[in-house]
Amino acid sequence: MKAPTRISIVNGRLVDPASERDRPGGPDSALHVAEGRIVAIGAAPDGFEAERLIDASGCVVAPGLLDLAARLREPGFEYKATLESEMRAAAAGGVVGLACPPDTDPPLDEPGLVEMLKYRARGILGTRLYPLGALTVGLRGEKITEMGQLSEAGCVGFSQAQSPVLDTQVLMRAMQYARTYGFTVWLHPQDPHLARGGVAHAGHYASRLGLPGVPVIAETVALNTIFDLVRETGCRVHLCRLSSAAGLELVRRARAEGLPVSCDVSVHHLHMIDLDIGFFDSNSRVDPPFRSQRDRDAIRAALLDGTVDAICSDHTPVDDDAKQLPFGEAEPGVTALELLLPLTLKWAEEAGVPLTRALGKLTRGGAAVLGLGDEYGRLQAGGAADLCIFDPRESWVVTPATLLSQGTHTPYLGRELQGRVRATIVEGRLVHERDPAVATEARAADRVPEVPLGAIGQRLL
Amino acid sequence: MNSRHPQLDANGELRHLLTIEGLSREMVHHILDTAATFVGVSDREVKKVPLLRGQSVFNLFFENSTRTRTTFEIAAKRLSADVVNLNINTSSASKGESLLDTIDNLVAMHADMFVVRHSQSGAPFLIAEHVNRTRGPEVHVINAGDGRHAHPTQGLLDMYTIRHFKHDFTQLRVAVVGDVLHSRVARSDIQGLTVLGVPEVRVIGPYTLLPDGLEQMGVRVFHDMREGLRDVDVIIMLRLQNERMRGALLPSAQEYFKHYGLTSEKLALAKPDCIVMHPGPMNRGVEIESAVADGPQAVILDQVTFGIAVRMAVMSILGKS
Repeated sequence: MKAPTRISIVNGRLVDPASERDRPGGPDSALHVAEGRIVAIGAAPDGFEAERLIDASGCVVAPGLLDLAARLREPGFEYKATLESEMRAAAAGGVVGLACPPDTDPPLDEPGLVEMLKYRARGILGTRLYPLGALTVGLRGEKITEMGQLSEAGCVGFSQAQSPVLDTQVLMRAMQYARTYGFTVWLHPQDPHLARGGVAHAGHYASRLGLPGVPVIAETVALNTIFDLVRETGCRVHLCRLSSAAGLELVRRARAEGLPVSCDVSVHHLHMIDLDIGFFDSNSRVDPPFRSQRDRDAIRAALLDGTVDAICSDHTPVDDDAKQLPFGEAEPGVTALELLLPLTLKWAEEAGVPLTRALGKLTRGGAAVLGLGDEYGRLQAGGAADLCIFDPRESWVVTPATLLSQGTHTPYLGRELQGRVRATIVEGRLVHERDPAVATEARAADRVPEVPLGAIGQRLL
Repeated sequence: MNSRHPQLDANGELRHLLTIEGLSREMVHHILDTAATFVGVSDREVKKVPLLRGQSVFNLFFENSTRTRTTFEIAAKRLSADVVNLNINTSSASKGESLLDTIDNLVAMHADMFVVRHSQSGAPFLIAEHVNRTRGPEVHVINAGDGRHAHPTQGLLDMYTIRHFKHDFTQLRVAVVGDVLHSRVARSDIQGLTVLGVPEVRVIGPYTLLPDGLEQMGVRVFHDMREGLRDVDVIIMLRLQNERMRGALLPSAQEYFKHYGLTSEKLALAKPDCIVMHPGPMNRGVEIESAVADGPQAVILDQVTFGIAVRMAVMSILGKS
């Protein structure tokens, strides 16, 4: 079936983070889409005839989400997830564009691999991909990649994913080379030596469980090195998955100094803390680890004061076999594409953050990091028709059956969340639509009793 | 995520023994009281009671340990259970079936109880939650040591030993000395001492061998052994493994012994009736001097004897539930 290209969305509440406009749903809140663009807001242009009318009563119409980190697992890890499953999950999560890290197998270190990925994705109606190329060949941290040709193949930046560059000279050369062409280097600030063997936040709870810790200084030592290299090379750096109060304070100072750096946090880190590991729950095994409550609060504060540009999903589908292991042997990662919006709404609700600001961290924030033009990440006539229509009050229970992603591991499994996407439009094409009346809902039996997160760990103290 | 502790059933009774943490003081005393009834069994002509007759106990050791496995085996046999010993070497390059597949297979052979030792913290929790899900209440798991996390039967036998010699926990000063960072025994002992109301638990060691946030476990931290041993009633020495000398944690066994080894001279700083404990196996000349290990204040072999009674108590309580 051919997707409609002329769409009118009526009665929705229009929320545009870029202009901080929040217009209640009503007769003048219609939005009209044609040929991949928003052609008008309010009255339809003369002669406009919609092929499809979407009644968004009770829903929010917002720019589609731009996610700075989602692993699709292709090539190489198709038993964990496939492009089909994860791009459907992205669309179901309201995500219109996502950056995919290069830690596939083989890693995205050759232009041909990037072209293959884009070719595969073209066959699937859905979210746009923004591949990140490998910064070094094989992510081994020894030899820099053909960044120029990778960029021509479509890479938007260069990253080591979670692999370290042990040799600081190689890292400096890579940054110098990237600087030559104005490329952004995406780095996970974690000193590999200080983090060695660690599987949980180094603190009293990990000590109690006898789990080796990843100390906060693993993050701060790496950040200090990166900032020195940025000063030396002038290379623009995007810092991925900040996890600690001390790390965010360093980023805050670096930005005040005027260094060309940006930064993101994962949506699970807005909520989860080390105590949520409970009794060795491998669904809470992530990298970087969930840290203390103080760190979690600092992440929330840093989103509001502008230290952090964007909230990303850090979506990492993991197969059951790799999770049903003792905590320290379980593979890190959680499914999050479909939780990105509801967990951001949950933060906004708890912290009293206006919807325009909260959604800004999912839209404009990512657009700026990705270097997308002004037509992206905002609601305006003439702009790209990338839209996410969601019911902010619809409750749903996170279960393997309610997730489209092949990854089903998250500490939110069995929990009820608020906010669910009704429709996702990418460049004017309806790529996801869900009718709540016919949707498969989780059976009541799938629910677990509501226990405040952290309660299990807390009870042990 | 389940809110209930996986070692307890819906009525708060013990279904598995995974850790001392979360056990009530009454429960700990109940286990120790039960153990007291078994101490005599080993002295009888027929060293057996029929409490677990017809039940199968699987000793599942993913990490080598002759001593702990043997004491569990003896305890199970004195309860008339059938015992199967399985040593599964996980460090071998060929990774065979998964941990939970192994469990499913043994459950299918009608195992009633698993005694599990594993190098990973939390592995017995994974197994207990798995059998809770797949088998319900009839299969029991006893943690015989998991990574750095817990060794609850060792903790309980240490509590039994202290109760035997000191009677009242609420007047004691207890020092735990050595490699707390890597020690599951230390964690279980600290939890046992805390739940039994010991007012002062001290931990003594160099910064490299003490985990983060130790104070939040309710202990006083000392780095100077002489200061830490002053006027204590009980000293629990921890085993120092030779591999600790390979990294950057300690420079040498000699230097460690000089600062943290228990000698007669250092022992003299403690109360005159102070008892000296060690979970074994000892490294003489590394963490403890032979004169102390074989001296009148050492109760190290009593620990071994009580250990069998405590393990019988735990198995009989679980087997009954």
